[in-house]
Amino acid sequence: MSVPYALLGILERGPAHGYELKQESDAVLGSPVQFGQIYSTLGRLEKAGRIRLAAEEPGLGPDRKRYEITADGVEEFRRWLAEPVAPEPRLQATLFTKTVLALQSGLPADEYLDAQRAAHLGRMRELTARKVDADISTALLADYALFHLEADLRWIDQTRARLETLRQEVTR
Amino acid sequence: MSAPVITGHGLVKHFGPTAALRGVSIDIQPGEVVAVVGASGSGKSTLLLCLAGVLRPDEGEVHFRGTRIDDASEAERSRLRRSDFGFVFQFGQLVPELPAIENIALPLLLDGVSRREAMTRAAEWSGRLGVDDVGAKVPGELSAGQQQRVAIARALITGPSVVFADEPTGALDSLAGEEVMLLLAGLARAEATAVVIVTHESRVAAYASREVLLRDGAVVTRAGVA
Repeated sequence: MSVPYALLGILERGPAHGYELKQESDAVLGSPVQFGQIYSTLGRLEKAGRIRLAAEEPGLGPDRKRYEITADGVEEFRRWLAEPVAPEPRLQATLFTKTVLALQSGLPADEYLDAQRAAHLGRMRELTARKVDADISTALLADYALFHLEADLRWIDQTRARLETLRQEVTR
Repeated sequence: MSAPVITGHGLVKHFGPTAALRGVSIDIQPGEVVAVVGASGSGKSTLLLCLAGVLRPDEGEVHFRGTRIDDASEAERSRLRRSDFGFVFQFGQLVPELPAIENIALPLLLDGVSRREAMTRAAEWSGRLGVDDVGAKVPGELSAGQQQRVAIARALITGPSVVFADEPTGALDSLAGEEVMLLLAGLARAEATAVVIVTHESRVAAYASREVLLRDGAVVTRAGVA
């Protein structure tokens, strides 16, 4: 799940309140996340030492807390960005999130997409090899995965080709 | 690892002011199937034509079995293309007036092999490609998939060291494309023939044992990938 990494990615750019984190993570994840999930994720990240409380402002409610990322958190976020996701159908939400977060943090989104492309093609090679001399059921099941991976890969290529335009939009 | 069958080193090629290749290096091992992929205009077909001795690079060198070929005479490169290389293109490569079986036999006939011997070997190859039942038909009477099978038989009949295939499935639907790739990759491996496939389709590239990704005329090296 990308929610903890989306929060780490946003905090990597600077400290933020829970409410700001909710607004920004909605945009990056492409679908709204409940406040409850944001606060429980923040709690887990804090316990794991990846973020800490920057300041607690006077007042009521959870949003008086301001969070900042720790060195461990930065390391964890960058490791997640650089590591290709296990190639499987219907990844686009995760891939989109990683791409936008990388662009916003000034990290090499192009290299991450190239690595993802290689991981996808590697998986497609395995499935294609499995089809040789396979029975028809096995071959058609492999085909199902291959067509979906192909669609992902075309999205990766398209995004890679339009990265500069996306960068301008998401870093405004 | 054995010595590469073909290498390109520092290949640069311009068409007018446009740089199609900006210093590409590539090694092809005997019997390996390599996919050259990239967007339109990334230089992949130019790379294939330079390796195959069809185009001369502006800079860099191409070696076949250790011998430099990019500076060889046109006659010498033409001989290489006929006897050591095979070619499969997207379409338009068969002689329209000749029956399929004679199209397959053509490279042997051009090389001076007797007609009887050439036709026997062509019959054998048309069987391996599953087009033996349409040998008497001319290309216009064949389906696109059958035409590509004939083209593959013709490319392999001389026992070439390298087959160069430029978008070999580009004119085919997905199932016919699969069948052509299975035959091309399978037969090339059985014959220990190296294959360089230019394609923009990832499902075609997945038949190769590795891919070379071109972007703007250069090979993309993937930082951080094992």
